[in-house]
Amino acid sequence: MDTTADLLKTPLHSLHLELGARMAGFAGYDMPIQYPMGVMKEHLHTRAEAGLFDVSHMGQILIRAKSGDVRDAALALESLTPVDVADLKPGRQRYGLFTNAAGGLEDDFMVANRGDHLYLVVNAACKHDDLARLEAALSETCEIEARFDRGLIALQGPEAESVLLAYASEAEDMVFMDVAEFDIAGVPAVVSRSGYTGEDGYEISLPAEETDRIARLLLTDDRLAPIGLGARDSLRLEAGLCLYGHDIDETTTPVEANLTWAIQKVRRKGGARAGGFPGADVILGQFETGAPRRRVGLQPTGKAPVRAGAALFEAETGGESIGTVTSGGFGPSANAPVAMGYVPSGLSATGTRIYADVRGKRLEMAVTALPFVPSTYKR
Amino acid sequence: MLKFTEDHEWLKIEGDVATVGITEYAAEQLGDLVFVELPEIGAKLEKGGEASTVESVKAASDVYCPLAGEVVEVNQAIVDDPSLVNSDPAGAGWFFKLKLDDAASAGALMDEAAYKSMIG
Repeated sequence: MDTTADLLKTPLHSLHLELGARMAGFAGYDMPIQYPMGVMKEHLHTRAEAGLFDVSHMGQILIRAKSGDVRDAALALESLTPVDVADLKPGRQRYGLFTNAAGGLEDDFMVANRGDHLYLVVNAACKHDDLARLEAALSETCEIEARFDRGLIALQGPEAESVLLAYASEAEDMVFMDVAEFDIAGVPAVVSRSGYTGEDGYEISLPAEETDRIARLLLTDDRLAPIGLGARDSLRLEAGLCLYGHDIDETTTPVEANLTWAIQKVRRKGGARAGGFPGADVILGQFETGAPRRRVGLQPTGKAPVRAGAALFEAETGGESIGTVTSGGFGPSANAPVAMGYVPSGLSATGTRIYADVRGKRLEMAVTALPFVPSTYKR
Repeated sequence: MLKFTEDHEWLKIEGDVATVGITEYAAEQLGDLVFVELPEIGAKLEKGGEASTVESVKAASDVYCPLAGEVVEVNQAIVDDPSLVNSDPAGAGWFFKLKLDDAASAGALMDEAAYKSMIG
């Protein structure tokens, strides 16, 4: 078992083992893929009641302007991302993208205005590159502080609010994408009302040494079940959310990825702070000319799941591949196979029939609107 | 006669026909199945060839043919309701029946005690 010995452990590692999790390496960490409940029931439990997810492997990074003004940190960050950070109000969070010179995506992240600094949560597999990217571009004007040591747990599902309220009344007044700092059972926590499942819920940043105690305390509520990365993936796929490295990567632009909503008008052509991020010419150009391909939802007509990597074709026989499935599997709440992938823009209209190669057979799929399961964020 | 393979299949052999399924251990490892694809009746399968595909929420896995033979019957019930494989892998969750090319070839497979010792 030399391979697992090299894997990093989150603050909840021993809890996962105690709970009987099936563990596997993910982004360098030994992570729970599923618990004895199993992926299917974990998924359904999250949508019916609530789930606790260990996402401590993700990277938490703080950015402080040397001037002391958070707006200066925001403007500096805007040199790496096409999103409007400077107008983000204190106590609010939004979705962000790191772009490259070709207009592709280096990572996606959450950024919050914490009043006197910015707080970022980036993908586990990208966090060291992201840190280097931020230090290279921002270190003249900002202090960059990696907090990869901290714990991060997500509470997701319709009962998440009620579970957390037992320990922190502040959780009630928050709406989707609010961020606040308050104590949970005496432990100072940075809490956002957000997640990666399409459900209402929270992501809770905690000191490493208190993460295990808080997770165990929360789990004393029978409505809350521990949920592994398996169900996390099926939940986010049903919610139509991108997985970096699969649905978006260094070759996909935000326009191709159907993430134009993440680029506010102030950063687009004609906006007060238009451009000024890597690949701006390509990305802003695609707002006008359109992109050659689009990320779309794909609903298989039959019962067979169509998985990531399946080649897409325009017809049932012959022809060259027109695209690829980037995420796919069975959606327990949709009670059907669900997928996402890239198709030529001319074939991206909802209802368009295309075909995926699965074990040598071409299976029909319909381009469909995302998400597969409606989101229940508290607005 | 009940026999087992290293790929976690069981074979119930009656005369020269083997009923084939996956073991409880395999079903548990795979997790809740959501899709099963079975071979066609009349298909001639080689030992170790792909006989069937099972899919859980997370992944697709192949079920290999444990011995050479011809598929004479398949269990449509598990296609209609793949959860039968999880709830009753040794019974109602059987996959297909194989008319063995060489009924004696089953003798080389593991018996139940050997299989149990293999999975620990």
